[in-house]
Amino acid sequence: MSTSMSTQSLQAKISAKNMNFYYGKFHALKDINIDIPASQVTAFIGPSGCGKSTLLRTFNRMYELYPKQRVEGKILLDGKDIHSAEQDLNLLRAKVGMVFQKPTPFPMSIYDNVAFGVKLYENLSKSEMNDRVEWALQKAAIWNEVKDKLHQSGSGLSGGQQQRLCIARGVAVKPNVLLLDEPCSALDPISTARIEDLIHELKKEYTIVIVTHNMQQAARVSDYTAYMYLGELMEFDQTNTIFTRPSRKETEDYITGKFG
Amino acid sequence: MKGLDNKRYMRRKFVNGLTLSLSVGTVIFALTFLIWILWTLFSQGFSYLTLDVFTKMTPPPGSSGGLLNAIVGSLYMVFFATVIGTPVGILAGTYLSEYGKSGWLAPTTRFINDILLSAPSIVIGLFVYEVAVHSVNHFSGWAGSFALSLLVVPVVVRTTENMMSLVPSTLREAAAALGAPYWKVIVNVVYKSARTGILTGLLLAVARISGETAPLLFTALNNQFWSTDMNQPISSLAVVIFQFAMSPYEDWQHLAWAGALLITLFVLGLNILARTVFRQNQSHS
Repeated sequence: MSTSMSTQSLQAKISAKNMNFYYGKFHALKDINIDIPASQVTAFIGPSGCGKSTLLRTFNRMYELYPKQRVEGKILLDGKDIHSAEQDLNLLRAKVGMVFQKPTPFPMSIYDNVAFGVKLYENLSKSEMNDRVEWALQKAAIWNEVKDKLHQSGSGLSGGQQQRLCIARGVAVKPNVLLLDEPCSALDPISTARIEDLIHELKKEYTIVIVTHNMQQAARVSDYTAYMYLGELMEFDQTNTIFTRPSRKETEDYITGKFG
Repeated sequence: MKGLDNKRYMRRKFVNGLTLSLSVGTVIFALTFLIWILWTLFSQGFSYLTLDVFTKMTPPPGSSGGLLNAIVGSLYMVFFATVIGTPVGILAGTYLSEYGKSGWLAPTTRFINDILLSAPSIVIGLFVYEVAVHSVNHFSGWAGSFALSLLVVPVVVRTTENMMSLVPSTLREAAAALGAPYWKVIVNVVYKSARTGILTGLLLAVARISGETAPLLFTALNNQFWSTDMNQPISSLAVVIFQFAMSPYEDWQHLAWAGALLITLFVLGLNILARTVFRQNQSHS
């Protein structure tokens, strides 16, 4: 990719430098160069199988759970190589939180779902923990719905509530970055709207990267948008620019629905 | 068109009826024998299932007695076999499910475990005889427990692996994404999700070893007297049933029937427990 895929003035939170990704022999990401700006919402769009989620999952090294997946090239978080020997994998994941496509409540109470991640790295007193759990559930706009049943199982909630619980769980550990992998694809429009509001709310404190199939959603929630196709980063710019004056024909075709 | 459709429909109906009656027939066939066995056990054993069975020792031929030493011996050996076999089985199952994704060790272990799962229990008995009886020159309760634990392990390994594999990988990812080390992911999330399945497998393994005779004949042998010394030969229900049922003495034969009924009721109870535990927790999640 000859064009510079950087967002000139802003400070980069996460950068990929000449990054390639392989599922076994399959070359899934090709020579990715991108600077994700700090304290902004960045959306990855593109047709199914283009590598959006794969790219997202390299930022917290989630792919390493699977032995046949590997990365070549560099990924920097705050300028530091996340693959370097000094970077502890679990600390990295505590700093770079992730919410998945399907809600994944743990088989424990709502309270414990939120407290689980906090307990890993912080030794809080009972009242501090209570405060933290409430704070996280407030942030995720679900506190009012669950405050009377904190000790009931998280799997008893509706899909939209479960997803907000998962966001609360991710926020509770106070990460720097929040990676959202199609967080609304299994939700109804009302839950989706709530989560989008939440993203607006959260971007004041976090750098957010969201993968979405829904272009309107990308336009609504993001400041920057990356269009990907067949494992390549085609175009990356301010969301406004991408949706009104894309510099590449392929991007325009995708956005206007001529293709994809 | 219509005629053709009708013909095809009639044919389908016929095949459906045939298959259905065949499957109902086989169910009835299987159930007949099960009910027959239970009926024989109850009619032969129930009247001898007196209080004496639970309070008196196995008698010499010709006099009356009970099965107390055999019941206690069985409980001891089943208990220790479970205590030895469970951790090994669960840890091995965990390895196979969580860490055995690449390399040769996991497929090999899985293969050997399958062989062990279907190995005749008498072979296990002979093996333990060679290792833990012949070498020390005496039979013992420990050898019996060891033999039984070798039957527990493959069952627990298999169910643990299967139940843990059923836990969706997204749940593991979600826990790992919070920065949890992998062992915490397993202990706090995967075990919690698979708990009832693993417990069910364990109960079924206990049910299986409760009635095993062959591995005990060569290891724990038998003991006519009260003994809870695991270093000595120890009595067990299964072996006593075997010995008493084969004998020409009527008292012994009656006790054998009572013992057989007792084991069956115990195993039945365990199975029902396993099922209720499993069902209860399934409706929860």
